[in-house]
Amino acid sequence: MSSQAVPAGKKEQVVIECEAVYKIFGDHANKLLQESNGNVDARAFQEAGCIVGVNNASFRICKGELLVIMGLSGSGKSTLLRCISRLTEATAGKIFVEGQDILTMNSKQLVELRRNKMGMVFQNFGLLPHKNVLENIAFPLQVKGIGTRESMDRAMEMVELVGLGGRENYFPRQLSGGQQQRVGIARSLAVEPDIWFLDEPFSALDPLIRKEMQDEFLRLQDVLNKTILFVTHDFDEALRLADRIAIMKEGVIEQIDTPANIVLHPATEYVSKFTEDVPREKVLRIESVMEPLDHSEELSDLKVSKDMIIENVAESILNEDKAVAVVDADNQVVGTLHASHVVNVLFGGRTQDTS
Amino acid sequence: MQYYSKHPKIVQFAVLVAVFLLLCFSITPSETNYLWRLPALFSKLPSLINDSVKHLMFDWMLIDVYDPEIEEYEQKPLFREMTRSISSFFLFVIIFVREIILGGVKTIVAFTSWDFVSENEWLRWPALPWTVISGWAILLGYKLQGKRLAVLAAVTTAYIGIFGQWQPSMETLSFVLIAAPVSFVLGLTLGIWGYKSRLVEAVLNPFLNIAQTMPHYSYLVPVIVLFGVGDHAATIATIIFATPPMVRLTLLGLKNVPPEVVEGGMMSGCNKFQLLFRVLIPTARRNILIGVNQVVMQCLAMTVIASFIGAQGLGSNLMIALNSLKIGTGIEIGLCIVLIAVLLDKLSLAWANKQTDYFADLGFIDRHRYSLLALAVFAGGCLLAYVGSLVFKEDFNYLYIVPHNKGITTAPFWQTGVDWIWDTFFYSLKSFNEFLITNVLVPVKEAYLGMPVAATFLLVMGIAYILDGIRSSLIVGGFLLFIAFSEYWDRALITAYMASISVIVSAVIGITVGSVCAQSSVASKAIILMCDFFQTFPSFIYLIPVIMLFGITDTSVIIAAVVYAAVPATRYTVEGLRNVPPVLHDAASMLGVSRFQRWISIELPLAFPHIMLGLNQTVIFALFMVIIGAFIGTTDLGQLILKAISDAEGTGIGITLGLCVAFIGLAADQIIRTWVNARKKELGLN
Repeated sequence: MSSQAVPAGKKEQVVIECEAVYKIFGDHANKLLQESNGNVDARAFQEAGCIVGVNNASFRICKGELLVIMGLSGSGKSTLLRCISRLTEATAGKIFVEGQDILTMNSKQLVELRRNKMGMVFQNFGLLPHKNVLENIAFPLQVKGIGTRESMDRAMEMVELVGLGGRENYFPRQLSGGQQQRVGIARSLAVEPDIWFLDEPFSALDPLIRKEMQDEFLRLQDVLNKTILFVTHDFDEALRLADRIAIMKEGVIEQIDTPANIVLHPATEYVSKFTEDVPREKVLRIESVMEPLDHSEELSDLKVSKDMIIENVAESILNEDKAVAVVDADNQVVGTLHASHVVNVLFGGRTQDTS
Repeated sequence: MQYYSKHPKIVQFAVLVAVFLLLCFSITPSETNYLWRLPALFSKLPSLINDSVKHLMFDWMLIDVYDPEIEEYEQKPLFREMTRSISSFFLFVIIFVREIILGGVKTIVAFTSWDFVSENEWLRWPALPWTVISGWAILLGYKLQGKRLAVLAAVTTAYIGIFGQWQPSMETLSFVLIAAPVSFVLGLTLGIWGYKSRLVEAVLNPFLNIAQTMPHYSYLVPVIVLFGVGDHAATIATIIFATPPMVRLTLLGLKNVPPEVVEGGMMSGCNKFQLLFRVLIPTARRNILIGVNQVVMQCLAMTVIASFIGAQGLGSNLMIALNSLKIGTGIEIGLCIVLIAVLLDKLSLAWANKQTDYFADLGFIDRHRYSLLALAVFAGGCLLAYVGSLVFKEDFNYLYIVPHNKGITTAPFWQTGVDWIWDTFFYSLKSFNEFLITNVLVPVKEAYLGMPVAATFLLVMGIAYILDGIRSSLIVGGFLLFIAFSEYWDRALITAYMASISVIVSAVIGITVGSVCAQSSVASKAIILMCDFFQTFPSFIYLIPVIMLFGITDTSVIIAAVVYAAVPATRYTVEGLRNVPPVLHDAASMLGVSRFQRWISIELPLAFPHIMLGLNQTVIFALFMVIIGAFIGTTDLGQLILKAISDAEGTGIGITLGLCVAFIGLAADQIIRTWVNARKKELGLN
């Protein structure tokens, strides 16, 4: 496993913390795990009739952070998510949500936690077929015991939020996949949870709708600023959405880091297989390629924000003779960028590899 | 050797048949030769069961019960008190429902006394006018599906009313109205319990298997011993019979709920109770309601058979008519049962398939439209009845109740028809019948009875071994061993002979008809509809026409069984062939395969496992019919069960015989199902 880097400025408040979490499926999982002393070998376990879902996962998620768990099918990413929401019981380890160890909670406490703190979106939507859009969204509220009028009013707000106004009386069977997932999203947000789980929410949708839903998701996150655990098998999606990405293989977290660091410094061979074809200019932000500020240098008039994606400003930077100033949100100059350096970062690495 | 490695199964079968024949001819029939017949080790089993039931009923857990009549405490066995109270509960409910529909006084007597009622004539409970019930049925049909079902309801109720079968029909209906809800609740509860706990499911499964292969008759005997004879006993037997399919479908429905819907419910913060009632059951709604449909159909299937233990209604009238060979009346009553069965089947299916609708902000009238209409029908019916009482002053008030057997009857017409058939075809039918009996049935029967027990075991277990492997072979052997150790091996062979002839003929008919019809989508739909229609007939109905044609012989039973059992064979063939993926059709066409080649080399092999599942059903159906055929006098297991009903020591015999029949069915089921599952896996079908 690689560094536990946490993006600057989000260090203060840890919301979810996993310590050496294991999930092993099979009859003698507990016994085998104890014998192995934490060094789980997936092959050996498979011969003993057990399947390793999650293998020694430790990480933290901070308030307002969006962590994407990325892996191919069978890598254990959904299992890890279900361990944290306790839809699946972890075999060993500790999982803290806002400081509480959820593995020791009884079912009543767990129901309370889910009613107030958590929301989840599913790949195949998981809507109730016998309830219409409004009733589906109001369901978590009604389960909590909130009155019909109040829960319906709140559900109607959510309908508007996800842009389904006018379809609130439709049944799931009458909606397209994208619309159904909007209902799923609205339902998961109805109780205003602090923690939002999304299990491959856009994988069942066709590509154009998926793009649209990702934009919608980013817009929502901008407004709501939840702590998010997002599972996907799509590396592009992970790069687009994530604050940090955890890449999983056979239950092990191979690397957990910011998208830029993963693209620029893949920790293992497995991770580099994903990153090698990634067009860097579409992923990297100015911040990750800028040079330290040299006060003696003369800067051009152009200023770019450090949060910009390189592709969007590359053309104007390349047209400048002098170095370009990089500024932060408060318009303070924090670094510089030469056109030659941009060219080097974008293409240089690869030409070096081939030569 | 080379041939063996190429076609191992064919060689194995050839060897098996050779050894089987060798055994048949080399083993000499004698009482002491255990290779010929096994000793009846289990002959004590029936009396053992009897003794334990008697102990349970009369000596187990004596408790003090206060008897108000002699004003003293008396020692009574707990179990009998329990069954007594269950009996009286059901009896009360049946009478209550009947009096709501047909009117009467017993319910009111139960709360007051006979004296009080005879002093106050006005206390007599009036019957619901038949127009009201008819109107409600039409309304229900319209609500659930629309005009077509409303018309069917109208035709059915009109038929019942016009032909004077109103009273027995309502008596039959009252069984359904009581047995169906009880079976529903019981089945749902057991199904949910089985879903929650793997252990419970594992325990339930063998019981469900046996319950669904035990012949109807064998339920009756223990019920008589425990609950006595009468309407309540019939209801209880019906409940026992109708619950297993409900359990099955509840389990199936709950297991088919997508895991994400369950997880969605959990993450919405449902506790266990909310998860069950607000997520799982509503999502499994359709399968659960199909279970209700099954329950209703099983209840109707039982109506005729339940008349053996004193159930009133259409069933007992039909029995009386058939016993006195009044075929005309029999046909009329039979049609009545069929119409009710078809109507209830369609109603419950329409309910299952109806999807929830939602209309926001409806007014009071729109929201309660059907309840208001029902009230209007009630008022209108009562008004009509009142008008009727003014019109028909002397005669019966036909707008209120149609008295039994005072309606129009077509019995003479049918009787004339039957007589005409008899007169016209008597000799040809008779000679056909005789030919069949002397040249086919009797020789086959002799052959079956002449089979040494060792040879039978070898053949059946050998087939199981070749098709499924050693495990299946041992299970089947176990089933056979039970029968061989009981006293009823010879009877079981007779049952097997009739069942196997019926199965072979129905399979040939079913697969041929199915294959032909599957070639066109229109014909497929038509034949499936026909199968649906025939399947709603209670099995007893099939006996009416064959008795009419062939009298009381083995031929009748076998023909009824062939017709009855050909239905699943046809249906599964059509389904199997139609479900071959269209991609394969296209691929075959592009390879230049002719229609016939496609059928032989693509459709049939792919559909074969499904067709075999149909054959599995065919076996069970044929067994059921052969056992029911005992009613018209066969000499197999069924006849003994029928005898056991009227025997004081019958419980043990009845249960043992029932198990024998069930084990024949389960043995066939084991061989076929294991093979089908393995084959489906090989073909990658699911």
